[in-house]
Amino acid sequence: MASLDRVKVLVLGDSGVGKSSLVHLLCQNQVLGNPSWTVGCSVDVRLHDYKEGTPEEKTYYIELWDVGGSVGSASSVKSTRAVFYNSVNGIILVHDLTNKKSSQNLYRWSLEALNRDLVPTGVLVTNGDYDREQFADNQIPLLVIGTKLDQIHETKRHEVLTRTAFLAEDFNAEEINLDCTNLRCLAAGSSNAVKLSRFFDKVIEKRYFLREGNQIPGFPDRKRFGGGPLKSLHYD
Amino acid sequence: MSFLIDSSIMITSQILFFGFGWLFFMRQLFKDYEVRQYVVQVIFSVTFAFSCTMFELIIFEILKVLNSSSRYFHWKMNLCVILLILVFMVPFYIGYFIVSNIRLLHKQRLLFSCLLWLTFMYFFWKLGDPFPILSPKHGILSIEQLISRVGVIGVTLMALLSGFGAVNCPYTYMSYFLRNVTDADILALERRLLQTMDMIISKKKRMAMTRRTMFQKGEVHNKPSGFWGMIKSVTTSIPGSENLTLIQQEVDALEELSRQLFLETADLYATKERIEYSKTFKGKYFNFLGYFFSIYCVWKIFMATINIVFDRVGKTDPVTRGIEITVNYLGIQFDVKFWSQHISFILVGIIIVTSIRGLLITLTKFFYAISSSKSSNVIVLLLAQIMGMYFVSSVLLIRMSMPLEYRTIITEVLGELQFNFYHRWFDVIFLVSALSSILFLYLAHKQAPEKHMAP
Repeated sequence: MASLDRVKVLVLGDSGVGKSSLVHLLCQNQVLGNPSWTVGCSVDVRLHDYKEGTPEEKTYYIELWDVGGSVGSASSVKSTRAVFYNSVNGIILVHDLTNKKSSQNLYRWSLEALNRDLVPTGVLVTNGDYDREQFADNQIPLLVIGTKLDQIHETKRHEVLTRTAFLAEDFNAEEINLDCTNLRCLAAGSSNAVKLSRFFDKVIEKRYFLREGNQIPGFPDRKRFGGGPLKSLHYD
Repeated sequence: MSFLIDSSIMITSQILFFGFGWLFFMRQLFKDYEVRQYVVQVIFSVTFAFSCTMFELIIFEILKVLNSSSRYFHWKMNLCVILLILVFMVPFYIGYFIVSNIRLLHKQRLLFSCLLWLTFMYFFWKLGDPFPILSPKHGILSIEQLISRVGVIGVTLMALLSGFGAVNCPYTYMSYFLRNVTDADILALERRLLQTMDMIISKKKRMAMTRRTMFQKGEVHNKPSGFWGMIKSVTTSIPGSENLTLIQQEVDALEELSRQLFLETADLYATKERIEYSKTFKGKYFNFLGYFFSIYCVWKIFMATINIVFDRVGKTDPVTRGIEITVNYLGIQFDVKFWSQHISFILVGIIIVTSIRGLLITLTKFFYAISSSKSSNVIVLLLAQIMGMYFVSSVLLIRMSMPLEYRTIITEVLGELQFNFYHRWFDVIFLVSALSSILFLYLAHKQAPEKHMAP
């Protein structure tokens, strides 16, 4: 059972945006009935078929690490959280479509998680400034998910979606907007499910196939290939 | 004419305070949230502005700025507005926002918030009965009735906060209480945390795999639903799902453990930071202050006990008593009137500034700790209510720190309240709060080292 390979994906975002509901939806295919505050980190596992439908289909475990808290936490809490950021293969950034601040805080969240990897001396270098070039160099695939889509009124939907499109472009990432209480948002075959699947495929590829130098034909990638050394600080 | 000038000065200062409250709200309290209901921000800033104006009037009283009659007028007006806000507006809006959060009652928000407000008024009124706060000569809706009740609540809050603060302050400042935390301790705990996470992950992997095999074999894992479902599940049991429930229970226990470990690690990091801070210059300064404060705290507890046991309330204020001592015992002669005015101004000013600052800091910490995006409005309004009541009772109690000639205005404006009762009540609650904080901190301190030394 545990002989399948695994990848680790962080789920980051402000308090109350819906990360736990999202993770529950992705892993259990059910809506979370009683969401409560996440203290520390809660993990869940999803089985993903890499290259589904082709002869090279292989199942992987995707560990979703849902880290709780807010960007403005005390530095002791941030240092404790940093222990979860080791050897991350992908990051899902979650924001609340009804709360602009949560979208802005995503920059700080990504800096917190990525800087942890870039500076292995263990010193947290977060000055809160967002620098696009830091993301151009980034090897870890990102995905931006906006929640609580059902609470946005029809008339405001266009404006909100344009804003989030800019946000996703800043991160060089795909974006999905959904409602975590609705199972149909991630129904098989919907565009959301396809984007999600592509993201997981990309994470698996970066982790397992790039190291062997395999070029995946026809794989659309906006980032540079084989840039810096792969950080493989993972433990078995 | 002078009245107009005085009023314009008062109004300008009120606008300044309003602006300060607005900025504080935006920059400090709500910096992680989006302000969607501006009503909340306005109410908070208005409460802050009118509370600060009361303190300003006290200062003006001491310094004899502005005309005496215009001061009196502004006192009365300020008091009426503050009471209006604290008793009518803020509770109503708290009820309104609580009701808006509940989806069921969304349609008839106004009706339910009025009902909530009436319940609040009922309990607020009942609050006055067991306390001997005022003479029964006054009518139902007079200022004295409202102030007396607001005073009781505010004084209780003040005493609770002071009691806890008096004990907590030396505890945090002094490095004597700091447990010795090494990097090795932190690493060991982190390793345990990651091991626990690994165990959780492996169990969840088993669960996911089991679910998939069950799904592929065509057995759908349904929770027993309905009456017959439950009866059936007693006799027949799918081995897969039984396995799952067992593993789920193990996972729940492990998750609880991981939460505990996370909190302990955060605690250790915080202690380590405090140790590093105590080695700096500032830290050493605060450590010294801590010793000083602990002596002050012990003295205060002692005085509170004496006041209660011997049933006395101090008659003279510290300023007059200090001057008496210097004049009578030390033989230093100086112009009593002049100095008493300035010293009381400084003393009262310090008390006011430190209590405002202390309260705002405490409120901010409290807000960060317990608010979430849904409840932020309600909590901010609750904080505004607490702040208003706190400041009103500060005015009540500050009367004791001022020489007699300055007390008259407060006595005049607030009417015939039994001020002695409030001081006695403050002493009692202060004592209770300080002693229980000592007990609480002692238990927390005792318990912590045992957890970390465990292998």
